[in-house]
Amino acid sequence: MTALLIRDLRLAVRAGGGFGLGLAFFLLVAVLVPLGVGPEGGTLGKIAPGILWVGALLSCLLSLDRIFALDFEDGSLDLLATSPLPMEGAVAVKALAHWLVTGLPLTLAAPVLGVLLYLPASGYGWLVVSLLIGTPALSVIGAFGAALTVGVKRGGLLLSLLVLPLYVPTLIFGAEVVKRGAAGMEIATPLALLAAITAGAAALLPFASAAAIRVNLR
Amino acid sequence: MSIWEYANPKKFMALSGRVLPWVAGLAALTLAAGLVWGFFLTPDDYKQGSTVKIIYIHVPAASAAINAWAVMLIASLVWIVRRHHVSALVAKAAAPVGLTFTLIALVTGAFWGQPMWGTWWAWDPRLTNFLIFALFYLGYIALWEAVENPDTAADLTGVLCIVGSVFALLSRYAVLFWNQGLHQGASLSMDAQENVSDVYWIPLVICIAGFELLFLALVLVRARTEIRTRRAQALMARERLA
Repeated sequence: MTALLIRDLRLAVRAGGGFGLGLAFFLLVAVLVPLGVGPEGGTLGKIAPGILWVGALLSCLLSLDRIFALDFEDGSLDLLATSPLPMEGAVAVKALAHWLVTGLPLTLAAPVLGVLLYLPASGYGWLVVSLLIGTPALSVIGAFGAALTVGVKRGGLLLSLLVLPLYVPTLIFGAEVVKRGAAGMEIATPLALLAAITAGAAALLPFASAAAIRVNLR
Repeated sequence: MSIWEYANPKKFMALSGRVLPWVAGLAALTLAAGLVWGFFLTPDDYKQGSTVKIIYIHVPAASAAINAWAVMLIASLVWIVRRHHVSALVAKAAAPVGLTFTLIALVTGAFWGQPMWGTWWAWDPRLTNFLIFALFYLGYIALWEAVENPDTAADLTGVLCIVGSVFALLSRYAVLFWNQGLHQGASLSMDAQENVSDVYWIPLVICIAGFELLFLALVLVRARTEIRTRRAQALMARERLA
């Protein structure tokens, strides 16, 4: 499992693309929104939590098809399927690798982009916490979508159509945590629900993803 | 004699062929009765005027849309557990019908909201849920269209339907948390203190029955078409081999 994780991380970092692309996209969203909405601090500060969460979600979406597509094409997914490691484990590890190269950097970059969007000072801590807790769910759910569409040619658009509705609860609770945190309200409830979604998705979805992969390898 | 007998396409075709005219006829009858009664024979509401009559399309369509998803979920589970092809085809057949009902509920809701709330659309929990629900339907149908091998498509959409059901439920409660809204509560529940008055209630129940029957009839027609398409494809494949 560790070997698979290290291999995936190496591929993501060295093969270029996925690693920096998501971050750059996130930066672009944070730059384009003020250009479209106008530079008034009040408005921007008010929509900053939502924009940052939507931006993180979309940049996560960008690299989802890479989770399985390349391995499917060159046959390493077949090797993984015949290896002693259960497919569920392999899926979980691949989702973890995806999170380490997209979700985690996004989380770390988010406060900097918060400055661009005039996020109120009290919101920064909760922005990082909510992204840290919420983005793993994005990777796990995304891995499920990628597993479903891995056999489809040019499945990128289909992948977005399948995955985005599944992202709704995560987005709602994540943005709510930041919004409430920035306004100085209590955040325990949405934060607990966000954590519950991540924990539940990480525990159950790998089984569904593995089932989908097996069907696609048949 | 068990229900699984009808997993055999031939038996299913025979049964559905016999039942279909009755279901379709009953659907037409109840719909005509319910809608005529609802539209022309009920008094105008003292506040809403005649706009209240949108309820005879709006509520039945919404309930049929949710029931359609339930049918898809059950049919998908049956397919995944027992691998009856008819079951997978019923799930496939139900999806576009369910999507259509969802859209009807959304559009009639907009027509109702405009005079009553002064807006075509509000980010109210129920409205938002239905919009998200429509997206789930779209994704499901798109996956059926995208995968070429019919068995693979049935398996993948089945898994998506199960996971999607969980997330649709989650979204429902998440949206409730996110915004409290304009939409009124349930008008029909069995145990509620407040129900709509009987004058409106009886034609409404007839309309709901009519929409469910219509849904059943449409699903049967579509499932029969799917089975015939499969047969035609099998025949053409055999021709090519011969």
